[in-house]
Amino acid sequence: MPEQLIWGTEVVLNGLMAGVLYALVALGFVLIYKASGIFNYAQGVMALFAALTLVGIMEGQVPFSHLINAVFGTEVHHFGWHVPALLAILLTMVVMVVLAWAVNTLIFRHLVNQEPIILFMATIGLAYFLEGFGDIMWGSDIKKMDVGLPQGINLAIDDFTFNIFDYGFFIDNLDLVATAIAAALVFSLIVFAQYTKQGRAMRAVADDHQAALSVGISLNFIWVMVWSLAGFVALVAGIMWGTKSGVQFSLSLIALKALPVLMLGGFTSIPGAIVGGLLIGVGEKLFEFAIGSMIGGATENWFAYVLALLFLVFRPQGLFGEKIIERV
Amino acid sequence: MFYREAGDFKTSYAEDNQTFPIRFDRYRYYAVLVAAFAVVPFVINDYWVNAVFLPFLIYSIAAIGLNILVGYCGQVSLGTGGFMAVGAYACYKLMTAFPEVNILFHVVLAGGVTAIVGVLFGLPSLRIKGFYLAVATLAAQFFLVWLFNRVPWFYNYSASGQISAPERTIFGVPVTGAETAPWAAYLFCLVFTVVCALIARNLTRGMAGRKWMAIRDMDIAAEIIGVNPLRAKLSAFAVSSFFVGIAGALFFAVYLGAVEVGEAFGINKSFLVLFMVIIGGLGSIFGSFAGAAFLVLLPVLLKNTLVSGLGWPTDLAAHLEFMIVGGLIIVFLIAEPHGLAQLWRVAKEKLRLWPFPH
Repeated sequence: MPEQLIWGTEVVLNGLMAGVLYALVALGFVLIYKASGIFNYAQGVMALFAALTLVGIMEGQVPFSHLINAVFGTEVHHFGWHVPALLAILLTMVVMVVLAWAVNTLIFRHLVNQEPIILFMATIGLAYFLEGFGDIMWGSDIKKMDVGLPQGINLAIDDFTFNIFDYGFFIDNLDLVATAIAAALVFSLIVFAQYTKQGRAMRAVADDHQAALSVGISLNFIWVMVWSLAGFVALVAGIMWGTKSGVQFSLSLIALKALPVLMLGGFTSIPGAIVGGLLIGVGEKLFEFAIGSMIGGATENWFAYVLALLFLVFRPQGLFGEKIIERV
Repeated sequence: MFYREAGDFKTSYAEDNQTFPIRFDRYRYYAVLVAAFAVVPFVINDYWVNAVFLPFLIYSIAAIGLNILVGYCGQVSLGTGGFMAVGAYACYKLMTAFPEVNILFHVVLAGGVTAIVGVLFGLPSLRIKGFYLAVATLAAQFFLVWLFNRVPWFYNYSASGQISAPERTIFGVPVTGAETAPWAAYLFCLVFTVVCALIARNLTRGMAGRKWMAIRDMDIAAEIIGVNPLRAKLSAFAVSSFFVGIAGALFFAVYLGAVEVGEAFGINKSFLVLFMVIIGGLGSIFGSFAGAAFLVLLPVLLKNTLVSGLGWPTDLAAHLEFMIVGGLIIVFLIAEPHGLAQLWRVAKEKLRLWPFPH
C-alpha cells in the first residue's frame, strides 16, 4: 500500500474515534430537544460541571472553599479524604439529578410555551451561570482526572499493523474505551426509549405535550428525568474528555463541537447524532491531513461549521431530521 | 404630570413625523446630547474614558447593530465577534494602505466591508431559521477568527500576529495611537454612536424597519403580503453588520490600540453583545444603550466593591460576574422578556399620571 493511503487510514480511524466523542455530546442535546423542544446550549458546561464535581468529590475538596476563604479569612481546602472513583461517580450523578430538578423547577417551568429561540437564549444564560458556579464551587485551576481508564498507545494494534504495513498505527487506548462506552450508552438509551414505560412516556411527551398530559403522564417528572439523563450523558462525556485533556474551562467548548454534528444529523434523531458525529470526526481530520497544512493549519476550529452550513443550505432539516413543514 | 402628551399639538407633517414626538422626550434627548458633547469631555479623565465611556459607546453601536438583526428582524446571530473582527481588520488594512486618507472614512469603509461579509454569511438565513441559523452564524465566528489568525496578509506580516493602530489625526488632534487625549477618543466615538443611533432609529421606524418586523413576527405571512424575504433579511444583515463593523473598527483603533484577534473578538464577545441586547430589550434602540451601559458597568462595579472594597481575589470576582450575568439573563427572559427598555416604558406610563391616582 502507498504510504499516503496508510496514513490516511490511520487518520480516518482516529477521526472515527473523535467522532464517537462528538456524538456522545450531541446525544445529550438530542435527548433534551426531543423531549422538551429546548435546544440546550449548556450541555458542554454541564459536562464541565460534572467533571469538576467528580474530581472535586474524589479529591475531597471543600466546595466553595475559595469563597469561604475570601469571606471568613479561613484557610480550608480539602477534607483530607479520597473517595473511590465508583462512589464518586454515583455521588456526582446525585448532584446532576439535583441540578436537573433545579433547572427544571427554577427556569424552564416558567418558560413553558415560549418561543424556541427564547429557550435557547435561556440555556446560554444557564451555561454562563453554571460556568461561574462550577468555578466558584471547585476552583478554576486545571485538574487531572483519573478514574482508572486505560491511557496511552494500544500496543496490540501497533504491532498488528506494523506486521502488515511496516507502519504501526497510533491508536489511544482511551479512545477505544470511549468508543465502547459510547456504543453501550447509545444502545442502552435506545432500549430505554423504546422498551420501558418511562421511555415510552418520554416519547409521548416529545410527540405532543398536551396529549401526553391528558393520558396522565407527568410532564414535570419526564422533564426532570430527561435533564437527568442529559446530565448523565454529560458526566460520561466529561469523564472521557477530562481524562484525555484534563478538567479545565476548554471542556465546555465541546458543546461548540457538537453543534455542527447536530445540524448535520438533524436535531431530533439519535442515529443522526451518531452518523453526524462520525462524519464530522472523519471529515475534519481528513481535511486537516490533506489540505489543512497548505492553508495554515488548525482548520478543525471551523471545518465542521462550514461543512454543516453548506449542508444545511441544501437540506435544512439535516440528514435524519423530521421534515420541516410550515403553515401560516 | 411632568411627563405628558396633553397639550402637545402638531400642526404640520414634519412635526408629526419627528423622531421624538413627545416634547418631554425631545427635551430630555437634547439635554443628554448637550451633556455628552459639552460637559463630559471637560470633566473626564483617563480612567473614566477607558473603563466606562469608550466601552459603553462602542458596545452601544455593536448592540444597536445586533438589535436590528435579532430584535427587529428576528434572525439570531452568534457571529458578532467575527464581524467586529472584520471591521477591525478592514480598518487596519485601510489605515496602513492609505495613510493620507482621514480616519473617519476608514471607519465608515470598514463598516461597508463588514456589511458585504455579513450579507455573505446571511445568505443561509434564506433557507434556515431559528437556532439552526444561530448555529450557522457560529461558522462565521470561527471561520473569520481563524482567517485573521492564520493569513499573514491581514496583519501585514507582523511578527507578533497582532495588529496595532498607527497614529491618525482629525483637525490635527490625534484620535488613535498612544498620544490620544482621553477627550479626543471619547468625542470621536461619541460622534459615531450618535450618528449610528440616529440612522438606526430612523431606519427602524421607516419602511425597512417595518419589513424587518413583519419578517420577525411571521415570515411566511410577511411574504404573502408582499415583503420580499430575500431583500428584507439580507438588508437586515447588511445594516446590522455595518454597525457591528464600525464598532469593531473603533474597538480596535480607538479603544484597544492593539488587538489579538482570538482574544478580543472571540465567541465570548458575541455572547456579550447578545446579552446586552437581551438585557436591554429586544427591538429597542434605547434598550441597546441600556444593555450596553448595564453590562459595561457591572464588571466595573463588581471589581470596585469586591476586589478593592472587600479584598477578594480577582478570579473570584470574575466567576461571580459570570454567575450574575447568566442569572440575570434567565431572570430577564422569565420576568421581563423585553428587557430594561420595557421597564423604562412602564416607568413612563406611571410618570404620566404621577402623582395623581387617575
